[in-house]
Amino acid sequence: MDIVYLLIPLAPLLGAIATGLFGGRLGWRLAHRVAIGAVAIATVLSFVVLWVHGLGDPAPYNKTLYQWLSIAGVDLEIGFLVDRLSAMMMAVVTFVSLMVHIYTIGYMADDHHNWPEGSGAGKNAYQRFFAYINLFTFAMLMLVMANNFLQLFFGWEAVGLVSYLLIGFWLNRPTAIFANLKAFLVNRVGDLGFLLGIGTVLAYFGSLDYAAVFESIEAGGGEATLTLFGTEMTAATLAAVLLFVGAMGKSAQVPLHVWLPDSMEGPTPISALIHAATMVTAGIFLVARMSPLYELSTPAQSLILVIGGITALFMGLVGLVQNDIKRVIAYSTLSQLGYMFVALGASAHAAGVYHLMTHAFFKALLFLGAGSVIIALHHRQDMREMGGLRRYLPVTYWTMLIGSLALIGTPFFAGFYSKDVIIEAVGLAAEHGRPGAGFAWFCVLAGVFVTAAYSFRLFFLVFHGQERMDAHTREHLHEPGWVVTVPLVLLAIPSALIGLVTVGPMVMGDWFAGSLTVGEQFQPLHHIAEHYHGPVSFAVHAFYNWGNPAFYLAAAGVFVAWLLYIRRPEWLVLVRERLSWPRLVLEYKYGFDEMYTGGFAAGGRGVGRALWRGADGWLIDGILVNGTARTVGRIAAGIRGVQSGYLFHYAFAMILGLLVLLTLFVGGWQGWWQA
Amino acid sequence: MVEQTPLLSLLIWLPIIGGAALLLMRSADWARWAALGVSVAVFLLSLFLWTGFEGGTAAMQFVERVPWIESFDIDYHLGVDGISMPLMILTTFTTVLVVIAGWDVIRYKPAAYYAAFLIMEGVMLGVFAALDAILFYMFFEATLIPMFLIIGIWGGPARVYATIKFFIYTFLGSVMMLVALIYLGYQAGSFVITDLHDLELPLASQVLVFLAFLIAFAVKVPMWPVHTWLPDAHVEAPTGGSVILAALMLKIGGYGFLRFSLPIVPEASAQLDWLLIGLSLVAIVYVGLVAMVQDDMKKLIAYSSIAHMGFVTLGYFIIFRVVASQAEPEAGAMLALTGGAVQMISHGFVSAALFLCVGVLYDRLHSRRIDAYGGVAHRMPVFAGFFVLFAMANAGLPGTSGFVGEFMVILGSFQAGFWYAAIAGLTLILGAAYTLWMIKRVVYGEVANEEVAALADVNGRERLVLGALAVAVIGLGVWPGPLIDVMAPSLEQLFESATA
Repeated sequence: MDIVYLLIPLAPLLGAIATGLFGGRLGWRLAHRVAIGAVAIATVLSFVVLWVHGLGDPAPYNKTLYQWLSIAGVDLEIGFLVDRLSAMMMAVVTFVSLMVHIYTIGYMADDHHNWPEGSGAGKNAYQRFFAYINLFTFAMLMLVMANNFLQLFFGWEAVGLVSYLLIGFWLNRPTAIFANLKAFLVNRVGDLGFLLGIGTVLAYFGSLDYAAVFESIEAGGGEATLTLFGTEMTAATLAAVLLFVGAMGKSAQVPLHVWLPDSMEGPTPISALIHAATMVTAGIFLVARMSPLYELSTPAQSLILVIGGITALFMGLVGLVQNDIKRVIAYSTLSQLGYMFVALGASAHAAGVYHLMTHAFFKALLFLGAGSVIIALHHRQDMREMGGLRRYLPVTYWTMLIGSLALIGTPFFAGFYSKDVIIEAVGLAAEHGRPGAGFAWFCVLAGVFVTAAYSFRLFFLVFHGQERMDAHTREHLHEPGWVVTVPLVLLAIPSALIGLVTVGPMVMGDWFAGSLTVGEQFQPLHHIAEHYHGPVSFAVHAFYNWGNPAFYLAAAGVFVAWLLYIRRPEWLVLVRERLSWPRLVLEYKYGFDEMYTGGFAAGGRGVGRALWRGADGWLIDGILVNGTARTVGRIAAGIRGVQSGYLFHYAFAMILGLLVLLTLFVGGWQGWWQA
Repeated sequence: MVEQTPLLSLLIWLPIIGGAALLLMRSADWARWAALGVSVAVFLLSLFLWTGFEGGTAAMQFVERVPWIESFDIDYHLGVDGISMPLMILTTFTTVLVVIAGWDVIRYKPAAYYAAFLIMEGVMLGVFAALDAILFYMFFEATLIPMFLIIGIWGGPARVYATIKFFIYTFLGSVMMLVALIYLGYQAGSFVITDLHDLELPLASQVLVFLAFLIAFAVKVPMWPVHTWLPDAHVEAPTGGSVILAALMLKIGGYGFLRFSLPIVPEASAQLDWLLIGLSLVAIVYVGLVAMVQDDMKKLIAYSSIAHMGFVTLGYFIIFRVVASQAEPEAGAMLALTGGAVQMISHGFVSAALFLCVGVLYDRLHSRRIDAYGGVAHRMPVFAGFFVLFAMANAGLPGTSGFVGEFMVILGSFQAGFWYAAIAGLTLILGAAYTLWMIKRVVYGEVANEEVAALADVNGRERLVLGALAVAVIGLGVWPGPLIDVMAPSLEQLFESATA
């Protein structure tokens, strides 16, 4: 089996090297075949691994590949830990990646239009794109398969690198290269937390190896206390909070969320793969992987609940006022990531991870559907120029309907099972008295209405109502080819059905028991499972579950969207006028961007300039260095003719003079006079 | 005492004699090929240091010892351990690259140019191999001469100011060191550096010696606030000069702390560690901020060098804080100490690569200003790939060499206290900000002007140089284990003697 585990990340790495370094020689057709072949191998093998671990023996595979370095008893290694959690992640990552790879053939087919005439960077851009998404698949697999924090951080930063390269893929666009720098820097803020979290783990648990850390946790290693920021806390809390800061960066939680909407500057396939289905869920994966640590720290869990809750509700609200089709979905992603964190904060780890999985399918589907619309409209993304596309894009229409229904949590669809369990679990956590859970419960419940409203606002604006595109575009409207529609259909199937099939074992059962730890004191999923009688009755129950009116909130959201965008558009104008002030707040996205560019970016440059001109230039060079030179010069002038009598003065003058003469001799006179 | 082939002497004198011979050559072509031949031969010879190196011991190896000035007990005494051996290979490797990089770029007195670089190489190897304090001092001072000439003759318009500033700064620093070395020599009755390690001086004299060393080495590293010569020197130096300056000369400072300050005056080092730690953190944060607002690429990379070298000195001196705050300090302290040593090697690769990248652009457009460029990737896609790779290494991306040392130093510093690590960790943000902002303005975007539109991509020679560095940067980043294994025994012994 060793070779299987090794091949899974290695195949896409080799694909990336082949298409990246020799793309020009391979040509576009061979390049995408190599890239897709590599991911196909990884996908098949990942499903074999899922089969073995998921149905058979749940014992994890834990093996070191090689020793990165070893010093004074600290062994830093590269190795794999594959249990059910990583097996599920591997299957999701490779499957979505494969769909996106195939879809890319269609999306990037006419990419040469996006490059200026004669651009060298545009020449092999198609091959380079495949190299990047291959490399991404490799990095993401290394991240989820890691058996230690070092490799986790490797994968973490590597997916960030590829994200940077792909957001700025169309590097002649000023908005794209602004967005990728912003994404990288905001992520780096989170990474600082992550790195310090790793430092905490090493200092207090004595190792970076997961298994060793978990052993140390069981032995009480996290209970040491220390004082920081004037408060006393346990090492477990410090580590958990710092690692969560890293997770906030990568998974775009408030206030480190600002990069994700801008990341939509990248080509749509990567919005689906990286900025919706996989990379942004790395933070969720991290917290879930570290569940034994988080179970030790109620403060960290409360923080996660509050941050997740804020993101779930308030980022969803911004989605209501966006006009760019991709940005709506991006804000939806932020909000859904908030849901996942809320689940983790409520100790319903399996539900959070489960929502990660269902979300990967239906969000990738929605993005790829949006991409299909964008291709059909010749790369226009403004929903105000769409409308009535149902007629022209039937496959996209139906698959996106499935995706939207899944997203808003319609009973029987995948998203229903994952989201409903989260809401129930947070409710239980609030009853249990976990700080922050009550607030999070309100947020996720209100978020259901918001989710339904923005999802169907998008749906109605794009597919129903008047056809608002120009005549030329309308003439050429047609559904893209099979490379686009087949991935849509293949993603629509799990978006509709996977919940029905898997919620029993994965959430209600103990499928994840070997990977996710839940403390004795509070086990919300056990409580929910006690009243679980199969997926169908669970879904039917949603219609008369008055303690959790999520279904009716979602229905209300859809109804409001229908009313304002289809039935009574004139009311929309009224609503906009009445609510102009909150609308402004949402359109400015609460002012985070202004605060960061005006505060941190401009402030940092201002301080830098002040230090450079003021301290370096004026004080050190101006007064200390040149001033000393001048003073020495004046003194020397005063005592010129008087011999100092110090040997080292002479020696110094001699060497200096010798060098100057030598330079003059070799260098010639001219240059010196000009200088 | 010479028992086997005098490999170290060969390494030192082959380039110096070869360099002198170049001065006699009339033909530029002959000089180029001769320089290439000598530098490659020296590089290949230096690989025997690696293959013949005995691991697991802190003892000096390849030792040569011949009496030199017998009346003062000064010997011609050479040897290497795990600290100096990697630096020697870095020197020989970098010199080959510099020779190739200057191939058809240097039109003015190429023979003299190559001679200066070969002599520089020999002298640098002497610095790292010298085991006699006076011999070390001779080589240490001798490095100034070729560098002074390189900047003074092949440098930019303001080279006079830059060379004088460079010379005065470094010369004043080293005079203090000479006094300290002579004092130590008389105290120990020997100038053998390892004998000086055994000295047990009273604290007051230790502090004085420490300060004398500090001035000499801090100028070289350079540490804030004696750093302002470096940006000026870099801006005026030709590309090759910048590469040698950043990749090798700065390392003399870091090496000096390891070879002299820490082992000879450990109590003073422990006493004054706050000063070094403070200055290192200032370098990382303050200089990082200054780097961000530079509009000259070379200045930006120069400031970035200062910030990165801050990790070297932080790693060396944080060990005393780790010892003070941990019951079992070895893991944390060794992480920091080794991290600092690795950072020296990595910075050698990364800064060399970045200066060579700027050189590639400068050779074509004759400007180092960031705003003279924009959209370079459209015309130089291969170059853009290299530049982004090295920028990422400079930003400390895992998988590149730039990550290894910073990661180790931050992990080690954490064990001395949360805030040391947190402040040092700001480099994650600052390093990415100044490096990638430069990349954004130079490499990305639309083609900025006619001159950029006429740029040609890197040629075979430039690809060779940048490709070799790319392999080194990624190789060290993916598997630093072998390098660490070579360094560990010597650093372990240093740690024990410094904190005993």
